[in-house]
Amino acid sequence: MSEIIKVGMADLKVCKSPDGVTTLGLGSCVGIALRDPLTGIGGLAHIMLPDSTVIRGSESNVAKFADTGIAELVRQMEAKGAQRSRMTAKLAGGAMMFAFQNKSELVRVGDRNVEASRRKLAELGIRVLAEDVGANYGRTVIFYPETGDYVIRAVGKPEKVI
Amino acid sequence: MSEISLESVTQNYFDVLREIGNIGAGNAMTALSQMLQCKVDMQVPQVRLMEFQDVGAMMGGEEQLMIGVYLAIEGDITGSIMFLVKQESAKHLVNKLMMGMGSEGPDFNEMELSAMKEVSNIITGAYLNSLSMLTNLKIYPSPPELTLDMAGAILSVPAIEFGTIGDQILLIQSRFFDEVEIDGYFILIPDLESYEKILTSLGVM
Repeated sequence: MSEIIKVGMADLKVCKSPDGVTTLGLGSCVGIALRDPLTGIGGLAHIMLPDSTVIRGSESNVAKFADTGIAELVRQMEAKGAQRSRMTAKLAGGAMMFAFQNKSELVRVGDRNVEASRRKLAELGIRVLAEDVGANYGRTVIFYPETGDYVIRAVGKPEKVI
Repeated sequence: MSEISLESVTQNYFDVLREIGNIGAGNAMTALSQMLQCKVDMQVPQVRLMEFQDVGAMMGGEEQLMIGVYLAIEGDITGSIMFLVKQESAKHLVNKLMMGMGSEGPDFNEMELSAMKEVSNIITGAYLNSLSMLTNLKIYPSPPELTLDMAGAILSVPAIEFGTIGDQILLIQSRFFDEVEIDGYFILIPDLESYEKILTSLGVM
C-alpha cells in the first residue's frame, strides 16, 4: 500500500516510491519537489521566504527558507541513498494572492521565493524540469517520485500534471 | 534589524489584542446587526498565538474555502490587516444583506463579491477603530483586496510577514451568530517598528 506523506507550511519530507508527498494550499510559498529516478527517493519542501541570511534567528527552522530548505531536503534524500547528480526538480506556488502585495518591503515575495529556489537548485546543479508558478491563486500539490508526476489542483480549475 | 521578536512582545501585546478584539468585535456586531436588521450575538473573542502548521487546521483544513480580505494600513502605524471568513458563512452574510436575493450555490457573482467587500470594510473598520481609539494613533486602511481561495494559500500572506520575526501567527478569533454560526478571524500585522509604537502609546513598554 502506498502512502501520501503530508508536508506542512515551512516543513519538508522525504519519501520513497511508491509513496508520495503532498502539501495543501500553497499560496506565495513555493513547493519544491525533488526526485532521484534511479532509487525512487523523492521529497518536497514547502518554503515561505527566499533567504535565510537576512533573517535573525533563522537557524530555528531551516525548512522555512528556499536556500536552507533545499539544502536540507537534498541532505536528507542523500542520507536515504539518493544521489544529487541524478536529482531533478519541479516547482509550484509563488503566487501573488493579493494585488497590492507589492506595497511592502516583502516586495512580490512569491516571485522572490521562486527566483531564490531556482538559484539554489542551479547552485547545487539540480535541473528544473517543470514549473507552475506565479499567478494569483492557491495550489495543492502532490508529488510521486515513482513517475515524477507533480499534480496541481487549484480552486475552480482543472487538475494539471507537470 | 530591530531587536523585537514576536515572543517578547507577546505578553503585553496579547492583552492589548484581546481588548482590541473585544471592542472591535462589539463594534462590528453593532454595525452588522444594523446593516442586516437583525439581532447578532457574539462570543468573547479568543486571542491565539499559533504555530503556522496549526492555523489552517483550526480553520477547518488548509483546503477549506475562505474569503480573505487584505488591507494595507498607513498613518501613525503601518502594516496590514486580514480578515478571513469561511465561504459558506460569507455567502450567508451576503445573502442576508441582499435580502435573500443572492445567487444559488456556494459561488459569488460580481455583485455578491462587492457586497462582501462592503461587509469586510465594516468589520475591519470596527477593529481598526477600536485599535485607533485605544492607542490614540491615526490609522488609515487602504481599500480592501478580496480573494476566494484555500485557507492555506490565503494564510501564506500573513504567515510570511510573521515569518520574518518568528514561527507563529497571532490572531483574533471572533464567533458570532444570527441564526447560523459565523467564525471570523482577524489578523493584525503591524510592521516591526509599529509594534513598539502600539505598545508605547498604551503605556505598556
